Amino acid sequence: MSPPTQWLSATETAAKVASGELTASRIVDHYLARIANIDREIGAYLVVSSDEARRAAQEIDQARAANQPLGPLAGVPIALKDMLVTKGTVTTAGSKILEGWIPPYDGTVVEKLRAAGAIILGKVNCDEFGMGSSTERSAYKKTKNPWDTSRVPGGSSGGSAAAVAAGLCAASLGTDTGGSLRQPAAFCGCVGFKPTYGRVSRWGVVAFASSLDQVGPLTRTVRDAALMLEVIAGVDPRDSTSLDAPVPKYTDALTGDVKGLRVGVPHEYFEGTIDDEVRAAIEKTKQALVERGAILVEISLPNTAHALAAYYIVAPAEASSNLARYDGIRFGKAAAGAKNLYDLYARSRGQGFGPEVKRRIMLGTYALRSGYYAAYYKKAQQIRTLIKRDFDNAFQHVDVILTPTTPTAAFRFNSKASPLEMYLGDVFTLSCNLAGIPGMSVPCGITIDGLPIGVQLLGKPLDEATLLRTGGVIEAVVGLGARRPGGVPA
Amino acid sequence: MSNLDELLENWEPVIGLEVHVQLATKSKAFSSSAVKFGASPNSLTDPLVLGMPGTLPQFNQHALELALLLGVATESKIRARCRFTRKHYFYPDQPKGYQISQYDEPLCEDGHMNLIVNGQIHRVPLTRIHLEEDAGKNTHVGAFSHVDLNRAGVALVEVVSAPVMHSSEEAAEFMRSLHRLVRWLAISEADMEKGQMRCDANVSVRRRGEDRLGTRTELKNINSFRFVQNAIEHEIARQIRLLETGERIIQETRLWDADLGASAPMRSKETAEDYRYFPDPDLPPLVVDGALMGSILKSLPELPTQRFERYIKQHGLSPDDARTLISERTLADYFDAAEQAHPGQASGRTLANWMLSELLGALNADGKTIDGTPMSATTLSDLVVLVENGTISGKIGKEIFEESYKTGEAPAAIVERRGVQQISDEAALWEIVEQVVAANAKQAEAFAAGKDGLFGFFVGQVMKLTQGRANPVITSDLLHKRLGR
Repeated sequence: MSPPTQWLSATETAAKVASGELTASRIVDHYLARIANIDREIGAYLVVSSDEARRAAQEIDQARAANQPLGPLAGVPIALKDMLVTKGTVTTAGSKILEGWIPPYDGTVVEKLRAAGAIILGKVNCDEFGMGSSTERSAYKKTKNPWDTSRVPGGSSGGSAAAVAAGLCAASLGTDTGGSLRQPAAFCGCVGFKPTYGRVSRWGVVAFASSLDQVGPLTRTVRDAALMLEVIAGVDPRDSTSLDAPVPKYTDALTGDVKGLRVGVPHEYFEGTIDDEVRAAIEKTKQALVERGAILVEISLPNTAHALAAYYIVAPAEASSNLARYDGIRFGKAAAGAKNLYDLYARSRGQGFGPEVKRRIMLGTYALRSGYYAAYYKKAQQIRTLIKRDFDNAFQHVDVILTPTTPTAAFRFNSKASPLEMYLGDVFTLSCNLAGIPGMSVPCGITIDGLPIGVQLLGKPLDEATLLRTGGVIEAVVGLGARRPGGVPA
Repeated sequence: MSNLDELLENWEPVIGLEVHVQLATKSKAFSSSAVKFGASPNSLTDPLVLGMPGTLPQFNQHALELALLLGVATESKIRARCRFTRKHYFYPDQPKGYQISQYDEPLCEDGHMNLIVNGQIHRVPLTRIHLEEDAGKNTHVGAFSHVDLNRAGVALVEVVSAPVMHSSEEAAEFMRSLHRLVRWLAISEADMEKGQMRCDANVSVRRRGEDRLGTRTELKNINSFRFVQNAIEHEIARQIRLLETGERIIQETRLWDADLGASAPMRSKETAEDYRYFPDPDLPPLVVDGALMGSILKSLPELPTQRFERYIKQHGLSPDDARTLISERTLADYFDAAEQAHPGQASGRTLANWMLSELLGALNADGKTIDGTPMSATTLSDLVVLVENGTISGKIGKEIFEESYKTGEAPAAIVERRGVQQISDEAALWEIVEQVVAANAKQAEAFAAGKDGLFGFFVGQVMKLTQGRANPVITSDLLHKRLGR
């Protein structure tokens, strides 16, 4: 018997639409009903585009009835992180400063999804401008972890992870600047994939830190991640940093074979405080790979310790620049009662940005001020070069690197006492963005409390295929199988 | 300004210019949004120009080509690789909150501008030429400020001279030379009234004989050649007067008000905002490879100052005429075409004279420029050759010019139809001279008695009888012979 519609993978959903077993309209109605029933508790969606989704579904069904060719994601309901710009649908990046902004254009990934037949169900919550690791920094609402609603879903793509985990969409797209896809995926028992920098266009992605941001899929299965990546990857003339490299058929990479695969284990990632259950799950994953014929290689990434410091210079510096455009004049909300132009800026930005965003703008403004560029931003960029070199060296000896995604499983709301404590939770995911390499998180176990654990795989630039192949094996051997989150109805 | 001359006895001005020139690209520097002057406000915008979230810049390669052309024309060093920089400031004319510019890695450095001063080529070193985007335009209407972003994002080059100029005339000449050069290279229309070329001047003064530069002020908004000169002169005088009364120059930006003929401080550099420059992470480095440089060098035409020198050397033109001819490329090209139409049959000097007096005079009277000339270079050359080889007189030539200019008929055909070929046949002219002298015996006597002024009368009589066709040289010869002195 087939599982309920909401637990079908994106791949299965597309297959059922293609075969005629399910109509897109029925699928969309099912999801919309489920969102109406459950999302009050989870809080994943900021906007549900019911009418638009129904219309898109009808078009798919009509196309099929007319024997027209269907796209690879035809009829698959997708939730988009609110960092992605959607024509005609409010886009806020989780910030009050963009409240009510209806973009006149679609981002490239959104265009590609639509062209592939995907149905956009709506926009999901995130930390304001992607700055956060728990989605608690959203200006709009609290999103809960479907596995334990007293805990955070992670962030900043927490809405994506919660929606995917709770069966409120078949798959989602998010953004990852320092772990924002991989960490929530780990916390919510999903697959989160950050592609190589430049693999996916950033046109129409609200910028947080331009040299680190990348769009990627957040899905229930590795195959779904491969399928989504196939659709969204590729060079885009509108993004000058996108890479002009052919897009492989990623779904073909899932051979289930890791024989002879050299898996690097960087000792630096295992020296700090890691929760025992997480450590055990990672050990189990390593053993499972060895049993399937992979070879473990102990490696060193000596500059790992500097990643956090470098990240918290580069990301806030770029953010302070990227967020300079928000003045409440051309889009978003202007403050009332301003006495003059600079008062308008001060009020609109003062009222529109949340505390974490302000903190990072301050950090970045400080780092870029005249005479300090060399001491901060430039030095941080030099550290990036060293971190990248570490990875280049390691990839001379290994095909893929394996680490925990996070030191712990999902934490409780309001449990991080200071911003720094929150930042420290991201130590394992930051280097990947600084180096521009691909990374993914795959579920690899569950704690006694029933919380998912993720393992992180890091790969060579543009070698997404090896990550997917390795992730596929991990999913098959130590993944969550048919386990569903306890916080939502099955 | 004799007043200024007195002040300048003890003080030496030092002037550097920063000139912004809009590049003549069809679309903006980083978006496909069109570039046009005078379109309705905010009609030439798109999500990128409006600074909307999620938009990314895509550099317009044509802007690079135009900037490179200026770079090679000024013999600048060109960077093989350079970066764009973000320059941050909050103002509604800059929707992103930053301007994309170049800071520590300009495209061109260490070039020079060639000026023509007193008929000689005079070099002014350039510090740099870099690429950047223009800002929008604010107009203040009562309590409101209107923002027009049509200009926002238009590709610019900023040309920065070294602080080596010492008079307002030199600075104005720098502007004229740059204006001529960018128009010559078709890099920009550089219409200052349309804001396509705008100038800021850094001005300081120091006691003559001193090496150290004085405190400078920056003059903004000097957007005509005349304003450049006026504003700088005014600022030089202001600074000298302050220093002579023991006051200090404050480093500041001053805005020139052409109506008042005075400048006022805009903002003090001490409280100036921090631009927080850093390399734009959205744009990969600009790469200028050998192939691109090759094609740019190949497209580089003979430059105006090169042509100026050639006209003097090769055609013996006066520096003034040569300078007028190179003021616009089309004018110089017209001259070259006329010169090459009948090689060796008309001197360059004569052609230049006809062009500058007759043709430009006629065009000017019609409110036309050389681009709208009804007379081709070949036609003008045909006419000048008819005069030069004696077929018609210069005076008749002018009449033929007027008719040909108006009707487009070939000069030779007009000469033929009107039968106005010059009479150079001595026997025929001798007969006419005899007639004239016989009919004016009294005057002939008076002339013989020493009344020199009457010679012109006899020439006039001969011309009258020949409808002006008599060859003036031969006529004068024969008259002298006949009149006996």
